[in-house]
Amino acid sequence: MSSEALIILIYILVLASFLGFELIAKVPPTLHTPLMSGSNAISGITIVGALLACNEMGYSTLSKWLGMIALVLATINVVGGYTVTDRMLKMFKKK
Amino acid sequence: MSIAILLAYLIASILFVLGIKMMNKTKSARQGNRLSALGMLIAIVATLLQIEVISLVEIFGCIVLGSAIGLYYANKVEMTKMPEMVALFNGFGGLASFAVALSDFFLRTEVNMESIELVTVISIIVSVFIGGVTFTGSIVAFLKLNGNISGSPITFKGQHPLNLILFISFLAAATFTVIDQSDPILIIALIVISLILGILTVIPIGGADMPVVISLLNSYSGMAACATGFILNNNVLIVAGSLVGASGIILTQIMCKAMNRSLINVLLGGFGQSVSAA
Repeated sequence: MSSEALIILIYILVLASFLGFELIAKVPPTLHTPLMSGSNAISGITIVGALLACNEMGYSTLSKWLGMIALVLATINVVGGYTVTDRMLKMFKKK
Repeated sequence: MSIAILLAYLIASILFVLGIKMMNKTKSARQGNRLSALGMLIAIVATLLQIEVISLVEIFGCIVLGSAIGLYYANKVEMTKMPEMVALFNGFGGLASFAVALSDFFLRTEVNMESIELVTVISIIVSVFIGGVTFTGSIVAFLKLNGNISGSPITFKGQHPLNLILFISFLAAATFTVIDQSDPILIIALIVISLILGILTVIPIGGADMPVVISLLNSYSGMAACATGFILNNNVLIVAGSLVGASGIILTQIMCKAMNRSLINVLLGGFGQSVSAA
């Protein structure tokens, strides 16, 4: 990685972090758990990394297996996370 | 990476931001969650488009298996058991980042026999550490809430010094890994220490404080994903990871305030409670 590329990645990291700090404002207490669960599903973005690990770099047995394990786990995180959040929020509407 | 895929990642990032923002309000929360799910779908499809045909079958197999497990448990779990479920899913996310980092490490050192550049090796170490702590920490939080282990704080003499010693040994092993990447003992030491530290940091915290801990661990898994983004040089991982990492910390603070506790107080849980009990 060239230092220019690294600096751009660090820009992204810093600005996205500030955005993350600002995004959460006055959250009503009832939304604490759904918000936590929803952002947990977003952290399943590591699924993108797992897909890449299964593919272009996974031609050794050990790394390929690790990549596939990661893919199964990340899929559970993403699919389960969004479904659970949706179930929680569906309950809210009824009230 | 083609420009179309980079644009898809950009759209996904925007949808994540909008999704989190809309989840701040009860009215728009459900739609916000759907927007962020759409963002995730776009990111996944864009990534799948650059995958070579050889590994396609395994990849689809893994996705189908993971989706089936995720859907089954997400629909089966009782409403009262939601925090446990989130903890468990979060632990899987942390473990996934951990596995991706190791996959990359072994490929580079054992197959390609290359020497990994400094930024990448540091990102791998950070991802293994945060991912490992998130995984075992979330599993302990799950077991505590689920009643498999006692919800009361588990403390023993010299707990904090032990954690400190483990952390220092981690830093030492990390330094040696940067210098000599070919020795697998070092990376195994890093793996073991991070897994143990995850357990040790969560067992002293009482069951009532678990939601706050899960929120903090959720923030950690975002940071682990972010570190993975630095390994793979991938923007969407860095954006989504740092969004979750930062917003998770704020949410943790808000949750602490709602419980009238300070974050430090929660983290040193066993400590604080034994004092108030006395």
